[in-house]
Amino acid sequence: MPAVQETVERVRAIDVDQYKYGFTTDIESELAPKGLDESTVRFISAKKNEPEWMLEWRLDAFRRWLTMREPTWARVSYPKIDFQDLYYYAAPKAKAGPKSIDEIDPEILKTYEKLGIPLRERDALLGIESSGGSKVAVDAVFDSVSVATTFKAELAKAGVIFCSISEAIREHPELVKQYLGSVVPVSDNFYATLNSAVFSDGSFVYVPKGVRCPMELSTYFRINEKNTGQFERTLIIADEGAYVSYLEGCTAPQRDENQLHAAVVELVALKDAEIKYSTVQNWYPGDAEGKGGIYNFVTKRGDCRGDNSKIAWTQVETGSAITWKYPSCILRGDNSQGEFYSIAISNGYQQVDSGTKMIHLGKNTSSRIISKGIAAGHSENTYRGLVSAHRRATGARNFTNCDSLLIGDKCGAHTVPYIEANNSSAMFEHEATTSKISDDQKFYCLQRGLSEEEAVALIVNGFVKDVLQQLPMEFAVEAQKLIAVSLEGSVG
Amino acid sequence: MDPSRVDFPPGPAGAPMDTMTMLDIRNLHARIDDREILKGLDLTLNAGEVHAIMGPNGSGKSTLSYVLAGKDDYEVTEGTATLDGEDLLEMEPDARAAAGLFLAFQYPIEIPGVANMTFLRTALNAQRKARGEAEISTPDFLRLVKEKASDLGISQEMLRRGVNVGFSGGEKKRNEILQMSILEPKLCILDETDSGLDIDALKIVAQGVNALRSPKRAMLVITHYQRLLDHIVPDVVHVMHQGRIVRSGGKELALELEASGYAAYGDAA
Repeated sequence: MPAVQETVERVRAIDVDQYKYGFTTDIESELAPKGLDESTVRFISAKKNEPEWMLEWRLDAFRRWLTMREPTWARVSYPKIDFQDLYYYAAPKAKAGPKSIDEIDPEILKTYEKLGIPLRERDALLGIESSGGSKVAVDAVFDSVSVATTFKAELAKAGVIFCSISEAIREHPELVKQYLGSVVPVSDNFYATLNSAVFSDGSFVYVPKGVRCPMELSTYFRINEKNTGQFERTLIIADEGAYVSYLEGCTAPQRDENQLHAAVVELVALKDAEIKYSTVQNWYPGDAEGKGGIYNFVTKRGDCRGDNSKIAWTQVETGSAITWKYPSCILRGDNSQGEFYSIAISNGYQQVDSGTKMIHLGKNTSSRIISKGIAAGHSENTYRGLVSAHRRATGARNFTNCDSLLIGDKCGAHTVPYIEANNSSAMFEHEATTSKISDDQKFYCLQRGLSEEEAVALIVNGFVKDVLQQLPMEFAVEAQKLIAVSLEGSVG
Repeated sequence: MDPSRVDFPPGPAGAPMDTMTMLDIRNLHARIDDREILKGLDLTLNAGEVHAIMGPNGSGKSTLSYVLAGKDDYEVTEGTATLDGEDLLEMEPDARAAAGLFLAFQYPIEIPGVANMTFLRTALNAQRKARGEAEISTPDFLRLVKEKASDLGISQEMLRRGVNVGFSGGEKKRNEILQMSILEPKLCILDETDSGLDIDALKIVAQGVNALRSPKRAMLVITHYQRLLDHIVPDVVHVMHQGRIVRSGGKELALELEASGYAAYGDAA
C-alpha cells in the first residue's frame, strides 16, 4: 500500500476516544440553574459573597453582552452554541472554605493523581517540598472554585499575593478594582464580555515592587461538571521591577457534549517588570468523528504598561476541538518587549485558529513571535497574527517566524499575518515555512530502529525545539511527552 | 568475456567451511512503480565476511540496499532474503534494524532540532526494546558515545548539533559509521560510503569500518570505485549489472574492473 494511502487509513482509525484523561470524578456539585439571565449573574455573585461593586461590574458586562454577536472571522466551524443550554456555575460541594489539605475531598486529590499531575505539583499541593529543590505553588482550580492554595505563607513572606480571584475580590478590592478589565476591557469581545459577566473563578497574582517571585506559580485547570461553561478569570500584576513566572496546565474529562471554555487572562507589567506566562493545554479534543471536545475561546492579553517591561507568552496547545486564542502584548512602555512562543498541534478533527497580537505603542519596543503549527489527521491549523506599530512608536521592531508541519494529506495549515506599520522607522520581519515530514526522514529513523510513531514524535520534537526551550525545564519535559501522545495514531 | 561466468566461491582465506550464513538472497526481483530493477539476484554472505558490490550507474546497487532495508517505494515481486535465518522481507524496516541490519546511507538525512546524541540514544534504546533488552543507562551511554566518537574524530559539538545538520560530506559519513559502531549490527550495508570523501576522510571512515570487522558480522560494501577497497579490503567482489550479480571473484576483480571498466557488461545488455 502506498505510504500516503496507508497514512490516511491509519489516521481514520485514530482512536482519540481513548483520550487518556477521559474520566469523570464523582463529586457532588452545586449547579446554578441552566441558562443565562441577570438572575444567573446575581446567583454567581451571591455564591461568591461578592461586594456590590463586583456585582454591578458583572451586570454591566452582561447587559453589554446581550447586544453583542459571536465573532465569525476565525477559520473554525462548529454548530451554534445555545448559551441558554449551559450551566454557568458549578462548585464542588465542599465544607466551606477548606483551610488545609485534610479538608479537601479525597476524590479531588485522586483526580489529580489520575491526571498524572507530576509528583512535584502533587507534593506542592500537599504542602510537601519537592526533592529537586525547586518549588511550584499550585492554585488548583477544580471546576470553578479554587480548592487548594499552597505555599501561601512563603509567598506572603515575599509579599506576593497568590490566591483565587474570588478571594482577591474580597481581600484586595483596591488592586482588583484598579486592574481588573484594564487590559481586556469589559466590552472587548463577545467571549471576554461573557466571561466578565459570569466568570466563576481563577487566579490572582500580585508581585510587589522589586520582588522576584521565589517560585514558579502554577494552576491546574480541570473541567469536570457535565455541560458546564468554564469561565476562568486570571489577573497577574507585576509591580515595578518585579518578576514572576506563571505556569498553566490543563486536562479535561471526556464528554459527548461540547464544553465551552471562555477564559480571560490579564497581565500587567509595570516599569522594569517581567512576566512569563506558560501554558500547556491538553483538553479533550473530541472523538474520532470529531464529536465532543472542548470549545476554547480565550482572551489572553498582557500590557507592558511601564518602560523596560517584558511579557512572554509560551504555549503548547494540543487539545480542544476548537481553539480560538491569541495571547497578545500591548507594548505601551518605552523599550518594552513582547514575546510569543507557540506550539499548536492538531489531530483528528481539531480546529485551531491561534496566534498573537503585538501592538507597538511605545518607543523602541520590540517583539518576537515564534510559532510552530503541526497539523495531522483531518485537522485545520491556522496561525493568525497581528503586528502593528502606532505612528508614535519609533524604532519598533518585530521578528516573526511561523513554521507549519503537515502530517498526512487530509489536514491543512494556514498562515494569516496582518502587519500594520504606521511609523516609517518600524522594522518588521516575517518568515514562514510549510513543510511535510519527508518519507526520507521517516525511513532514516526507521532504519535506525525507531517505530513510525517514535520517528514522527522525534522529528516533531526537533521541529518545535526552539519553542520548547522557552518553557521552564520541568514543563518542557511534560510538553515533550504530550507532543508524542497527541500525535499517536497520526501515521501509518 | 562471458558475463555470466562466476568465479565462486573464494571465501576468506582460512575460513572454516561451515561458516554461518548471515545474509542469503535468492532470486530476488524488485520493482519501483512499474520498472523492474532487481531481476533475480542471488547473494550469500557469511558471518565474518566483507563483500563488495561494484557496478555501473543504474545497475541496481542502491535499490538492493533499500530493498533489504525495507524502503516503502520498492515492491518485491519474487524471491527471498534472510538475515541470520530470519525472513527479512516479512519485517517492517524498524524490525529489520532491530534484527541487526544497518544501512549506511549514501546521502544521510538531516533532522533539524534533534540532537545527534538524542538520535543515537533513541535509536539504540528502540532496538534494545525491540529485542526485549533494558534501556542503556545514561553513564554507560555517554561512555560508549565518547569512546566511539573520539575514534572517528567526532567532536562533542557535532554530537550536540542536529542530526547531520550543517555537517560536511565527510562528517555525515563519519556520523553514519558512528551510528553503526554504537548500534553494533550483524549486517552492515555501506551504500557508496566513499562518495564525496577526500582521501583523508576516506581513511578515517575506512578505519572505522575496519574496526567493526568481526567474525560475527558481515558487511556489504557498495561502491563505484576501487579506491575504497584499498582501505576496506573485501573477501569477495561482485559485479552487479542489470539487477543481477553477473560475476564474482576475489579482491583482484576490483582492480580488473578499475582497469577495464564496466563496458564489457554494458555490451551484454
